Amino acid sequence: MYTQGLDQKPEAENQADQAEKLKQFQARIDADEKIEPKDWMPAAYRKTLIRQISQHAHSEIVGMLPEGNWITRAPTLRRKAILLAKVQDEAGHGLYLYSAAETLGVSRDELVDQLLSGKAKYSSIFNYPTLSWADIGAIGWLVDGAAIMNQIPLCRCSYGPYARAMVRVCKEESFHQRQGFEIMLTLCRGTEEQRYMAQDALNRWWWPSLMMFGPSDVDSKHSAQSMAWKIKRFSNDELRQKFIDVTVPQAEHLGLKMPDPDLKWNETRGHYDCGEIDWQEFHDVLKGNGPCNRERLEARNTAHDNGAWVREAAVAYANKHNSGREAA
Amino acid sequence: MTKQDWPLYEIFIRSRSGLSHRHVGSLHAADAQMALDHARDLYTRRGEGVSIWAVASRDIVASDPAESAALFEPAEDKIYRHPTFYEVPEGVENL
Ligand SMILES: [Fe+2]
Ligand SMILES: [Fe+2]
Repeated sequence: MYTQGLDQKPEAENQADQAEKLKQFQARIDADEKIEPKDWMPAAYRKTLIRQISQHAHSEIVGMLPEGNWITRAPTLRRKAILLAKVQDEAGHGLYLYSAAETLGVSRDELVDQLLSGKAKYSSIFNYPTLSWADIGAIGWLVDGAAIMNQIPLCRCSYGPYARAMVRVCKEESFHQRQGFEIMLTLCRGTEEQRYMAQDALNRWWWPSLMMFGPSDVDSKHSAQSMAWKIKRFSNDELRQKFIDVTVPQAEHLGLKMPDPDLKWNETRGHYDCGEIDWQEFHDVLKGNGPCNRERLEARNTAHDNGAWVREAAVAYANKHNSGREAA
Repeated sequence: MTKQDWPLYEIFIRSRSGLSHRHVGSLHAADAQMALDHARDLYTRRGEGVSIWAVASRDIVASDPAESAALFEPAEDKIYRHPTFYEVPEGVENL
């Protein structure tokens, strides 16, 4: 760095050095070794992980909003306590993931700023409204169900802190999915009107849940490299197919009809075939034009602004306390 | 200290008495007491612990992965430090 003006040789050596490091890095990945924060890693690996982990963290944080909408209106005290616990878990997931992202050298404040300014992306699913109590059931069952499908392979991700955060997250997710399914089951065993609520919620949440797995493999830009780095273990379409295959029988058990006329079991493939996803809608929501994008960002910003005095007070208290200690 | 300076703490939890504290993750807090409070909410929501240690991350001294070989390789060829290195004749017991 300091002597590059002296001659050109060191730079050439550096390049060879770099290639050798890359080779060793890939060898470690291939041997299923975990990469830890202080280990050497290619800049692109670091960048990809920061992007992925922070988007994941933002999704957990924004994901509290659609469900938070129903906490005060949960039908019973039991449901209210469960929903509160579930939403609190999502906050926890966001925090585990922000911490994992920070080990890569990005600061928490930078990440929060990216979310609040609208620069960062988060999962498209959280830009849909929760219109009835049944939506809380559908979210737990389908959205957390899809999240689990996506997150279980991440427990084996090559980056240690991300993998460890995902182990914690996955342990907590299973309750989320079950409480959602239980809400659906209760509604489906209820009155005609309650069954209708459940069906209506499924109709609205099914397709957006399938979109959670991301663009189809043909259009997925980052997949191949992420697979080689073992950040990703399965392709978007593979995970989506797994989700469909496990969820369709659950809907049948509930006595609900999937909102897809093309959905049918394919004996030769051993999988369900399904209709085409509306990718235009997916890209619109991702670009910020979903039903609730603006509302979600506003809610996050308002909450952040309203909490400013608390953060300031905490800092003032800590400063006073520390200066007292230094003086003593 | 502004918001930017909320220090990072590493959190260690003893899951039950008789076991050592184990690193579970990290969090930001304005001071040590807040670190403990947040650690309780963040890492023990399902009875995962009976004791919490919070250590300011900046106070942790860590070895450098680039020096792993120098630090740890010398132990690798000292197989005589393991009991399996020694031959025990057939019939000899309690050894
Ligand atoms: Fe979550
Ligand atoms: Fe969840």
